[in-house]
Amino acid sequence: MKYVEEFRDPALAKGLSDAIARAADPDRTYRFMEFCGGHTHAIARFGLEDLLPGNIRMIHGPGCPVCVLPVARVDAAIALATQHDVILCTYGDLMRVPGSGFRSLTKARAAGADIRMVYSVMDALALARAHPDREVVFFAIGFETTTPPTAVAILQAAKEGLTNFSVHCNHVLTPAAMRAILAGGDTEIDGFVGPSHVSAVIGTGPYVEFTRDHAKPVVITGFEPLDVLQAVLQLVRQVNEGRIEVENEYARAVSDAGNLVAQQMMARVFTLRDRFEWRGLGWVDHSALRLTDAFASFDAERRFALELPTPTENKACACGDVLRGVKTPVECALYGDPCTPENPLGACMVSSEGACAADWTYGRFRREAAS
Amino acid sequence: MTRQVDMSHGAGGRAMARLIDDLFRAALDNPALARGHDAALLDLPPGRVVMSTDSFVISPLFFPGGDIGSLAVHGTVNDIAMGGGVPQALTAGFILEEGFPLADLERIVASMAKAARAAGVSIVSGDTKVVERGKGDGVFINTTGIGVVPDGVTIDPAQAQVGDAVLVSGTLGDHGVAIMASREGLEFGTDLTSDAASLNHMVAAMLRVAPDMRVLRDPTRGGLAAAVNEIAQASGVGIELDEATLPLRPEVRGACELLGLDPLNVANEGKLLAICPPARAEALLQVMQADPLGRDAAIIGRVIDDPRCFVRMRTGLGGARMVDWIAGEQLPRIC
Repeated sequence: MKYVEEFRDPALAKGLSDAIARAADPDRTYRFMEFCGGHTHAIARFGLEDLLPGNIRMIHGPGCPVCVLPVARVDAAIALATQHDVILCTYGDLMRVPGSGFRSLTKARAAGADIRMVYSVMDALALARAHPDREVVFFAIGFETTTPPTAVAILQAAKEGLTNFSVHCNHVLTPAAMRAILAGGDTEIDGFVGPSHVSAVIGTGPYVEFTRDHAKPVVITGFEPLDVLQAVLQLVRQVNEGRIEVENEYARAVSDAGNLVAQQMMARVFTLRDRFEWRGLGWVDHSALRLTDAFASFDAERRFALELPTPTENKACACGDVLRGVKTPVECALYGDPCTPENPLGACMVSSEGACAADWTYGRFRREAAS
Repeated sequence: MTRQVDMSHGAGGRAMARLIDDLFRAALDNPALARGHDAALLDLPPGRVVMSTDSFVISPLFFPGGDIGSLAVHGTVNDIAMGGGVPQALTAGFILEEGFPLADLERIVASMAKAARAAGVSIVSGDTKVVERGKGDGVFINTTGIGVVPDGVTIDPAQAQVGDAVLVSGTLGDHGVAIMASREGLEFGTDLTSDAASLNHMVAAMLRVAPDMRVLRDPTRGGLAAAVNEIAQASGVGIELDEATLPLRPEVRGACELLGLDPLNVANEGKLLAICPPARAEALLQVMQADPLGRDAAIIGRVIDDPRCFVRMRTGLGGARMVDWIAGEQLPRIC
């Protein structure tokens, strides 16, 4: 497949793997966090661990939209669907994320709530047009990648004068999360594999600020296996040479300025929240977006009053620590028994981008040697 | 006005009798059905009898490369063939929704008849029920079939042995992606058609060169991943696949990339997985490749020792990963 196979070339991968092995100093360890779940997934799916020397450890970051959603927001999604007779539209992964009391959107739907899995926010908009007598709510999740489409949908709804469409906004910001991880002080990281698609929107600027403030190198890279290996090689070199820079390996998609049109649309429709709760990171200042007052009528949070339970999390679930890179998935007491992708007790086991699901699905044969 | 199914078509009266005579019996024409008994009487060749049933609820009913009628024949014929059986007869049960166009039903039954003829099997007994509008989705079909297993042949998912070769008869994921592409709300342009086909003739040829074949499986729902995992569990072995050898169409690869699916989890309706002693693998491969339905057949892996019964894969890049069952909800109603 054009533009994909080129970035999965076995000979080039072998070359990069050898170059990394030569560059890595055997007398030290390297701990690199791949922020994005997309990278976590690629590393597991392509078996990249096998192409890296033992002293390079990839730490999985929080860049998985459903993983970072706190229980209270999952509860809000369930309440929206069950308390207001709306058509609730959401991306598929969210369906199985457990909320308080083991409830989930999947269970709410089985009990009769009208919940639709959509592939695009535009599908939700189409539903609103097709059902003028119903309230259609799009439960928006995701980082800067999925935010511009939500903005486009809201602008379009406003233009068409749709009055039965609204958005429950849970869009969050990558740089704020990267800062929060380091501010937590319990994760040792030598450098970051920077996001692909997020960076295509926000550009390289925010990472320049980040490296300056936190003295950690960042290599922005694509989701293909060769991209990931190349980023690791560049990070190893930066560490070896004592450089702390933002390098853009993904120049085929990411410009320094990013996507200005998308940024302008986001700025029109959304504004910074003072603070937002993240699973794993807790309340983080200026880390998420809400709708501006001009678009208040499209804001489901203002439109629907919800009765919410006191959020309860499974105490044994280590999702929070996994999302900060403090624990590996297998270090969670629930991993594999009873928490599996079929029976997820924590969000990280739900999404294919979640660190626990990726490890369980692709990597668990490594965890115990065959006897 | 378009003629439609109404409640009288399932009520046991004249309308039902006419539907059976004019539509079903005419299209599916065979002596057992013509007798009009409550039950079909069959003369079977000697051997052990295999039996299988499957219900079909696919949406959309008509898709590129097939329809619910042909699929209902292929599905059960293949299940019998995967048991090592030569299919002998099928039954067909229809649940029709009030208001369903009779022209569509005719098209579906004609397609069943054609598929059955190609597979060399008769549909010898049938049943029709009608449910009120809104209580079905056009038409649901159940088919049940019986086959006879020749002496000396034993196909069993628990028979895979360490060292055995794993073969697949062609490109993976074509059916699932073709269905998804034709479904409303997921439109993406592709010329891909479903691979739905009856595999019994190819299986017969395979058994002639490899009567000691150990396992056959059609990787339908859950795709190749589910099939290999079921075999590994049943046999108490591990399986190792080579990603570089997996036959995949570029369109399927592309669609799966876009939708975030693993082609190994996507359904097939005209492919089979075979496990045989290693010495037999090359001969078997040649027979498969000589069949039009097996042109893209390949040896894709081997059975290994692993008490955990894990399926793993050497990735194209030289790494390794597990191949697991798909978790959670599959895309709905693909068969």
